[in-house]
Amino acid sequence: MAGEMSTPPNPAAGGKPPRPRPATVPKATALNCPKCGSAIVLRTFSNAVNVVCESCHAILDASDPKLKILEEARKRLDITPLIPLGTRGLWKGHTYEVVGFQSRAINSDGVNYYWFEYLLYNPYAGYRYLTEYNGHWNDVTVCHTLPTPGNAGIKPQMRLGDRSFTHFQTAKAFTTFILGEFPWQVRLNDKVEARDYIAPPFILSSESTPEETTWSMGEYVASSEIRDAFKLKADLPSPMGVYSDQPNPFGDDSGHFWRRGWTFVIVALFLVIGTWVMAKRETVYSENYHYKQGEQAEASFVTPEFDLGGHTSNVIVETNTDVSNDWVYIHYSLVNTDTDVAYDFGREISYYSGSDSDGSWTEGDWKDKAIVASVPPGKYYLRVEPEKDPGSQPVNYHITVHRDMPTTWFFFIAAGLLLLPPLFISMRSAAFEGQRWSESDYAGASGDSSGGDDSDDSSDD
Amino acid sequence: MSKVTVNCPNCGAPVTYSYRASVQAVCEYCRSICVRTDVDVKKVGEVGDIPQDASPIQIGTEGLWKNLGFVVIGRIAYEYKNGGWNEWHLQFNDGSTGWLSDAQLEYALSWPTKIEVKLPPASEIKVGHSFHFANNQFTVSTQTLANYKGVEGEMPFQTWDKDECLFIDLRSHTGRFATLDYSDKEPALYVGDIVEFEVLKLRNLRQFEGWPAK
Repeated sequence: MAGEMSTPPNPAAGGKPPRPRPATVPKATALNCPKCGSAIVLRTFSNAVNVVCESCHAILDASDPKLKILEEARKRLDITPLIPLGTRGLWKGHTYEVVGFQSRAINSDGVNYYWFEYLLYNPYAGYRYLTEYNGHWNDVTVCHTLPTPGNAGIKPQMRLGDRSFTHFQTAKAFTTFILGEFPWQVRLNDKVEARDYIAPPFILSSESTPEETTWSMGEYVASSEIRDAFKLKADLPSPMGVYSDQPNPFGDDSGHFWRRGWTFVIVALFLVIGTWVMAKRETVYSENYHYKQGEQAEASFVTPEFDLGGHTSNVIVETNTDVSNDWVYIHYSLVNTDTDVAYDFGREISYYSGSDSDGSWTEGDWKDKAIVASVPPGKYYLRVEPEKDPGSQPVNYHITVHRDMPTTWFFFIAAGLLLLPPLFISMRSAAFEGQRWSESDYAGASGDSSGGDDSDDSSDD
Repeated sequence: MSKVTVNCPNCGAPVTYSYRASVQAVCEYCRSICVRTDVDVKKVGEVGDIPQDASPIQIGTEGLWKNLGFVVIGRIAYEYKNGGWNEWHLQFNDGSTGWLSDAQLEYALSWPTKIEVKLPPASEIKVGHSFHFANNQFTVSTQTLANYKGVEGEMPFQTWDKDECLFIDLRSHTGRFATLDYSDKEPALYVGDIVEFEVLKLRNLRQFEGWPAK
């Protein structure tokens, strides 16, 4: 057909609309409820199919000028919406008005769980919803694209766009309370099969009747955003528990924390390997000694000078003794002859052994190793002062002084400290996920990692 | 110019076919449905008043789709048991035509599409059935038995003899949309896209009292 056109019209380039029409400005229609006589305002013009009287809750046919009664309210159940009907707010780029409100429920193990749906309307952009459950809010729109089933698995998946959603719950949902107007037929106790799939902060839901299945996409929103958008005077109730698509405040970051933790651990590992390779492992002093309490007037003595070479590094004082069912305490002082800076430390060496009804036992050790960290190079001597019980056996001991020995203990402490934050975050994250999934069809199973045997065990408990 | 103005065979008022592809136009004065033949115009029926509805679109509304301008030149209003919708006839700048449906403010663009596949009769199609055509897998989402509620403006075909029609809507996994119109013996296929209101950059829309203008 295009080829036949001699001069294509060009309305976008200032061409006149083909026909002027008298401008019509639809107004919200004011009517009265045929049941109770209360005023009824049709806020969505002829989009309304059903309208529920806010006073007597009768369901009326909005397409009928007389508002034929379709269903009378069954009982005087009254729920006050947190956002009153008629409230307007700037939401997602448009002015929306709350025009309808529904309470719906699922029954799980004999308990009804209720949630609330607010139908929002803009005469140009159309409809969207806000849902509220225990203080948790979602912004919901109808999906235009059919999701694609993904992996079946223990928890089936659904794909939509570039997101993968995990099955959370399937339940029969029914309508328990209605107010306002809707662009479709609404009745109390309308039943649908509802399936929820989650990819926090998103939730993909289907509602199926025998005639059709509709899909909608929700996004978790903070109640403060809704309070601000609709200028609500009172604060909305605080969220209770964890909602299915509530973003995990620890979830997104724990991987990042683990990566950073392990990176530092690897750096620390390289450092420890480096010091291991570079360590000189010198023996700078080695000598045998003998001590008997009371033998000399003055138990203390000093060793000859020895050199601590290289760079500032550790010094290890090793003491080997022949104590048996006995102890010796040695007070050491490593003294720099030039500066008189002294490193003081005392070591108690005790070794006991014997046998009883449980067999032989030992306690303590006859040898000891003391590490003095960060000793600058220079000339040093040791001041040694042994101490024993009066009248005890004499002790023979051997002192060895090592310079620049490799040590690994700091690595393990560092690794532990570095991995503590990710471990903490992972635990918090797992606890949050546990709370989330405890509300799902998979409550009781311990998540994706659990095998069949595990869940059998837990059900026995 | 392709614009043709004739006199209404019923009342004599001018009836304009602004576009060459238009076959049918409705006289604005007496609401006669005027069908253009090669030689003259004949009155084939009358339409009642289209009841006031709440679509923001009207004849003369302009918009953009993939950088191609269009203008709304005609409308078919349908009603069914759970509401109603409009099919707005679009004339694009390049001379092609298409349809913009507004079903309670859900908008979809579609174009008549010819396919090789032979489509089954309506009685054999159920919700959930899948078909492959136009490079997409389409799944039947709804079947709607609808009535003509009215027609206005210019149409690429005659509508006067139509009464009850069956529509089968299909959705794809890629956001595409299709409708099978079973009002004639051979089903007519329309394929297109479901679109957000903002995307079409519509101008010359209706105004709603108490609402910010668009």
